[in-house]
Amino acid sequence: MDILTTLINGLSQGGVYAMIAIGYTMVYGIAKMLNFAHGDIIMVGGYTLLIFLNMTGNPLIAIAAAIVLCIVLGVVIEKVAYKPLRGASPLAVLITAIGVSYLLQSIAQITQGSNAKMVTFGDMGVLKFGELVIQTKTVVTLISTIVIMVALSIFIKYSKTGRAMIATSEDRAATQLMGINVNKIITITFAIGSALAALAGFFSLLETPQISSTFGAMPGIKAFTAAVIGGIGSIPGAMFGGILLGLIECFTAKVPAIAPYTGAIEFGILIIILLVKPSGILGKKRREKV
Amino acid sequence: MALLEVKDLEVYYGVIQALKGISFEVNKGEIVTLIGANGAGKTTTMQSIMGLIPAKAGSVTYNGQDITKMPGHKIVHLGMTQVPEGRHVFQELTVYENLIMGAYTQKDQKQVKRDIEEIYTRFPRLGERKNQIAGTLSGGEQQMLAMGRAMMCHPDLLMLDEPSMGLSPLLVDQVFDIIKDYHKQGTTILLVEQNAGKSLAVSDRAYVLENGRIVLSGTGEELLKSDEVKKAYLGG
Ligand SMILES: Nc1ncnc2c1ncn2[C@@H]1O[C@H](COP(=O)(O)OP(=O)(O)O)[C@@H](O)[C@H]1O
Ligand SMILES: [Mg+2]
Repeated sequence: MDILTTLINGLSQGGVYAMIAIGYTMVYGIAKMLNFAHGDIIMVGGYTLLIFLNMTGNPLIAIAAAIVLCIVLGVVIEKVAYKPLRGASPLAVLITAIGVSYLLQSIAQITQGSNAKMVTFGDMGVLKFGELVIQTKTVVTLISTIVIMVALSIFIKYSKTGRAMIATSEDRAATQLMGINVNKIITITFAIGSALAALAGFFSLLETPQISSTFGAMPGIKAFTAAVIGGIGSIPGAMFGGILLGLIECFTAKVPAIAPYTGAIEFGILIIILLVKPSGILGKKRREKV
Repeated sequence: MALLEVKDLEVYYGVIQALKGISFEVNKGEIVTLIGANGAGKTTTMQSIMGLIPAKAGSVTYNGQDITKMPGHKIVHLGMTQVPEGRHVFQELTVYENLIMGAYTQKDQKQVKRDIEEIYTRFPRLGERKNQIAGTLSGGEQQMLAMGRAMMCHPDLLMLDEPSMGLSPLLVDQVFDIIKDYHKQGTTILLVEQNAGKSLAVSDRAYVLENGRIVLSGTGEELLKSDEVKKAYLGG
């Protein structure tokens, strides 16, 4: 039973990583950049939740506010900071993204203080299935992330906009020849990624109800690792990588001898993947243009 | 009035000038060809007309409207598109999805369905492979798909950049048959080719491009008979 509990915890944590990793991977695939400020969107979402929760007492309103604010923030960052750099060297874009990341963290520190704050959504209790006892919030997170990932996959595969996203990631010029506004597709990508980040912020706070200005840093790095392990640019890869990391985290935590080395194991896997299959487990080798 | 009018177009790649002021026009209902050796500036011309590479000087007018600075996707909405050099089908999408992408500007979904059926009839190989990922198709099949995909938006002006490149003689003939077919249906064609013989034979008019300049122009027939063209492009 203990193994089953750990499995469910791992899947649930992995689902949250996957949601963040999808944001990383979609932006990489479509806008061709690593958005290192992605983790900090999670943090902004978290503070928005806190502020609206204190204001209204209604978690649903707080979640909606966080999603809306993160979408606006993500889209504005893209327009102001990244769009002018389209066609610039990848290094310039990367440094800009790191700058945006520090900017967001600093703004959070100035406006929200540097001490961690508690964000509590009330105790949801536990669910019992015979011998199996499991936290309700874990099940809520697990089911929600599954629903979100399935919905997103269907959207990408079958909607006009979703297909335009695949097309843009593959061949920007040819996509324009279809009459598709590539800039609009990039904006939509940032919007979706940011909405997922806001949701990930909520699920993270559900699990660990504490927020500070660096709240998004670790999940951001973990999700980036997940995206690279799965194959950056690939959405199924991000899902796979995220869930793999969640499982590793929860299972290693159960074994006292290796529990302190969880991070080392995860990043070790990253290094091995980068050495053995740089395109990631589910990533495809891009045909280099002649 | 010409359907497409290019005037004194200049394009640079960094400091390198690829187009040194070229002017030509395409009238409604014509097949016009630009011929020229590798590196002459044919693809640059096409991409600049299409808004994919910015022009440094000169103008492009379509249907009386100045489109020099218009982004590519908007130009497609005006009724002009391109089959790019090297086909550029979406490798990760299926044949069917590629065709659907081609119909992005179309509102009438029933018409889109009919268009796709028509393409499957015209290219049975594509029909048989409609759920196959386009990256797995042969070069010839990809060219047919690229041509079918471009027609999905019902362009008034279709530009084709070296559609016969890398194809077997049999397929080259097929490609030219399709071009003639599209033309018969009322599509104006601007063709770019290294295969001068075949393209001049189907063209109303043609221009010869050399080092970013137009050096010769005339009807297809005139150019086929011209000594300069014979020497440089028809192997004798
Ligand atoms: N992306 C590019 N960067 C720099 N130079 C280019 C680029 N594309 C083409 N050129 C140069 O511009 C000239 C015209 O090229 P292009 O239009 O591709 O010719 P064509 O299609 O007739 O073979 C060539 O000298 C080529 O080397
Ligand atoms: Mg060319």
